Amino acid sequence: MLRLTAVLMFAAAGSGAATAPREIDISQFAFKPQEITVAAGTEVTWVNRDQTIHSVIAQGGGFSSRGLDTGDRFTMVFEHGGDFIYICSLHPFMKGVVHVRESIGKAP
Amino acid sequence: MAKVTRRDALTCVGAWSGAAIVWGVAGGIPRALGLANEAATAQAAKGQFTFVQISDTHVGFHKEANLDVVGTLRRAIGDINGLAGRPAFAVHTGDITHLSKPEEFDLAAQVLGELELDRIHYVPGEHDTLDNGLHGFLARYGADSQQRGYYSFDDHGVHFVALVNVLDFKTGSLTSLGDEQLRWLRQDLSGLSASTPIVVLAHIPMWTVYEPWGWGTADAAQALQHLRRFGSVTVLNGHIHQVMQKIEGNISFHTAMSTAYPQPAPGTADAPGPLTVAAQDLGRVLGTRRVVRVPGRHALATIDTPITRQ
Repeated sequence: MLRLTAVLMFAAAGSGAATAPREIDISQFAFKPQEITVAAGTEVTWVNRDQTIHSVIAQGGGFSSRGLDTGDRFTMVFEHGGDFIYICSLHPFMKGVVHVRESIGKAP
Repeated sequence: MAKVTRRDALTCVGAWSGAAIVWGVAGGIPRALGLANEAATAQAAKGQFTFVQISDTHVGFHKEANLDVVGTLRRAIGDINGLAGRPAFAVHTGDITHLSKPEEFDLAAQVLGELELDRIHYVPGEHDTLDNGLHGFLARYGADSQQRGYYSFDDHGVHFVALVNVLDFKTGSLTSLGDEQLRWLRQDLSGLSASTPIVVLAHIPMWTVYEPWGWGTADAAQALQHLRRFGSVTVLNGHIHQVMQKIEGNISFHTAMSTAYPQPAPGTADAPGPLTVAAQDLGRVLGTRRVVRVPGRHALATIDTPITRQ
């Protein structure tokens, strides 16, 4: 099984937030869940459950997977806050968003 | 010659019995030149300039919809090698590979090398750009275009334009050619006489077949503006793995069958993707196209032939 990992590096120091890994299924030509909100530093993994190839490509080019065959995974660690919109380049009607918040889970 | 309606044509397709349908287009009206058996097809093409179109070979695909894409490709190649009247060359309208892997490009080149033709002209599909953009495609086929991807060439008085419309995807919208390529196209066509027949090659349809599935090119209209002055424009696309045709003035659009697997008709399924059909029917929905320049006609004739004809 192919496992691809990429890390977005930002100037800010990593947060100390609770960062349990999250998984997004690519299923029936949709990202599920289509929208998630995570703490900075969270590892997010997309898993292709479809029989056809998909990809995960950030709008603006911040990150991109290779073509993901059935069962292939693509992992990103979001180190910095922001709203990351992405699509499948093979099926651009497929769209998802990862909201990264630096304040989530931090001690008061 | 009697005009035929789309309903008539579909009836002909439904009554398929080992024959090819030869299409001609004149005056904006599609006309079937008649059901042609192989002998008649050969006669029509005899001595004429012909070339073949192969599309969506998806070498590397191995799923229920087709567990042997190399096998079905080889059947298509066998049909082309067996044609009476040797085509001048082949064009491949993209998705050569399934995952852009180097070994897929290698295998595709090896198998397509079994075509008994002098050359194949390629355009990339989006499946050929999954690994570092056009890198893998250009490594093998970039010489035609000085490593740009898009290019043109002339053969037998026909001007061929090969375009790339698989790189510029925007969120939730259709792909596009982009301004740089549109400028190049305008420049490329500028010196040509309006009587020059034009053939445009591009992977994704150059008209909006079905927007919800991304089956169209957002800025195709800008490209077509540069093409409307010509008396004969034939646009050959792939991507949707089925034959569809559309006429706009002197411009005819044709999508092609895949040699790997079919896809659903627009809107007939929840999403596009490999369509699994009964094993005995697979060869009826895979195939290739032959394009013939018919003397005295502006438009080129197209002959779509499945790999199973009985």
